[in-house]
Amino acid sequence: MNQVNQKPNFANDVVTIQPVKGLVPLNLREVWQYRELVYFLIWRDLKVRYKQSVLGALWAILQPFMTMIVFTIFFGNFAKIPSDGIPYPIFSYTATVPWAFFAAALSISARSMLTSGNMISKIYFPRIIVPLASVLANLVDFAIAFALLIVMMFYYHIIPTIQMVWLPLFLLLAMVIAMGVGLWFSALFVMYRDMGYVMGFVPTLWMYISPVVYPSSMVPAKWRLIYSLNPMTGVIEGFRWALLGTSVSVTPMMFAVSSIIALVIFISGLYFFRRMERIFTDML
Amino acid sequence: MDNNKVVSVNNIGKKYKIFNEINRYQTLREKIVDVVKSPYRTLINPTGSKTFWALRNITFDVERGRVLGIIGKNGAGKSTLLKILSRVVEPTEGRAEIRGRVGSLLEVGTGFHPELTGRENIYLNGAILGMKRAEIDRKFDEIVAFSEIEEFLDTPVKRYSSGMYMRLAFSVSAHLEPEILIVDEVLAVGDAEFQKKCLGKMSDVAGAGRTVLFVSHNMSAVLRLTQECIILEHGKMIKRAPSQEAVDWYLSHDYEQGGERVWRADEIPTSAMPFRPIAMRVRNAGGVVTDSLRSVEPITVEFEYQLESLITGLRVGIYLATTRGDFVFTSFDTDEPDRFDLYSDRKPGHYISRCKIPADVLNEGRYVLGTNASVFRSKSYFSDQNAIIINVNPSGAPGMQWSESRQGVIRPRFDWEIVKK
Repeated sequence: MNQVNQKPNFANDVVTIQPVKGLVPLNLREVWQYRELVYFLIWRDLKVRYKQSVLGALWAILQPFMTMIVFTIFFGNFAKIPSDGIPYPIFSYTATVPWAFFAAALSISARSMLTSGNMISKIYFPRIIVPLASVLANLVDFAIAFALLIVMMFYYHIIPTIQMVWLPLFLLLAMVIAMGVGLWFSALFVMYRDMGYVMGFVPTLWMYISPVVYPSSMVPAKWRLIYSLNPMTGVIEGFRWALLGTSVSVTPMMFAVSSIIALVIFISGLYFFRRMERIFTDML
Repeated sequence: MDNNKVVSVNNIGKKYKIFNEINRYQTLREKIVDVVKSPYRTLINPTGSKTFWALRNITFDVERGRVLGIIGKNGAGKSTLLKILSRVVEPTEGRAEIRGRVGSLLEVGTGFHPELTGRENIYLNGAILGMKRAEIDRKFDEIVAFSEIEEFLDTPVKRYSSGMYMRLAFSVSAHLEPEILIVDEVLAVGDAEFQKKCLGKMSDVAGAGRTVLFVSHNMSAVLRLTQECIILEHGKMIKRAPSQEAVDWYLSHDYEQGGERVWRADEIPTSAMPFRPIAMRVRNAGGVVTDSLRSVEPITVEFEYQLESLITGLRVGIYLATTRGDFVFTSFDTDEPDRFDLYSDRKPGHYISRCKIPADVLNEGRYVLGTNASVFRSKSYFSDQNAIIINVNPSGAPGMQWSESRQGVIRPRFDWEIVKK
């Protein structure tokens, strides 16, 4: 056939459309090709979030800060929950910062496929970008809340040690968990409309099985490994260990268990999402 | 794949489940109850629903630079085919190959955020359509110029008029420069000028050696813009022919007879919910349902439908067009502001919207009645531009003493006065 007047980029750009059987390939290369869309969706979320509120970034501080005050009064002062020898306010705030990030990322990404239904039913792009962008957009709120944590550390004269270099790793772990659970939930949300009820209580329950208001050392030693099956245990105790130097009760084994569980949730979430995304447009 | 074929569709089929309104969405609670109660049945046929093929055994190729029309009634599978080709919907069987970027004018304004400014939405929408940032930077001035919204570039689009909004949205889509352009029914939306712009852009695209797939009910546009057409009916491709031949065949075969159109469940898109069209009928002056009408007598058009839940701002209306696709008029049941206020919330129930076309309006000939149910600027629930074909008999109309055919689609009886000075 005549190939003379062809633009060179046509030839290597053939897309094949056919039903996929069995395990759906993750196709992460394609997600990379669409990285600018990830950037623009995050940018949109942030623009809209801060444009619509007068207080803007203050909300990012207010929520964890008020939470910390309430926790300190009721759990720290009245219930006298131990805090591994650290002042209770900073003990709970150090946990609240990653927890608030995780809870917000989870609830926004879980609903993300529904809220983007219009886009998804009209244009093709790797669907995974939608929950991914909603998790990443919450990093800004995290950074703002984290800045307050630094201020509090000064106030309580807590000098961070070299352990602090491990902090990004624990943040990454929180992102992996939020993304993994977000992938599961966002796919289930499209399939079952009563997932809203589930999302109404799961974050609260999850917070109480995580060491946010109490230390892991309160859990009997023989149960601690099972306790760390909740991967947020690893994240929160990791934050405390890296910033405050508490490590009385937490063993490397617990971190390992949390990390493995996080990866299992994440990878299974990826495959489940890929499997389900093929029928999203039929359901939306 | 042959290098000159940009679209190659091979035995594509798409099977859908038919949901009734009640189990449209399953809840997790029901699923758990079902699995506990009857694990076997639940796992074999999870929703207990029937299935149907929206599209089956579709095979065709399109060569580079061709404009292919796709025609067929509502529910024939046209939109499903386009959705498969734009990768929004996965086919159940078969295989298609696409060479190059697919752009679509049915995505106009997708992802626009009302709170963001025109400038911001250009970047956002461009990225959603698959443009790189550098590419948007390069085309930015051109997009703005084409949309004619320069002064409002930094105003949130929620303050735009619908015309400005459409122009901006179209402008971004039009500058995507896809190798394959998909156009679906854009001619049904927007004002005349906007439609002209769409058609102009389509011609440009085709002229630049790109490929266009054009779905429309507007037969004059199909004839003007396409060289070849495929005809879909009930999910099957029944004909591929040069456009003139295909349009003639379609017009002579594809209308419901007898002045009544009843919509079957599988002809109603799920997007129509909670609006459910039931039937459309044309009655003569004596109240008889028929497609043979007289120019000198009033014609009653009624549209029967069910609302499953309340719709705010709904308007239900009719289109009348010639068989060549040129519109004669559009009219909605809430065109009168008083009635619009009265029916601002239309409650669930069974309705008939009835419209009386007065005597002495239509000239002799064949006309196509269509219908549309929508909320202005918000959602189009249901639209069928080819619901019923009617024949208008001119006997008794003005000027019948001369046996000539009159120019024009209307044949009004005007007040003439002859004054001798």
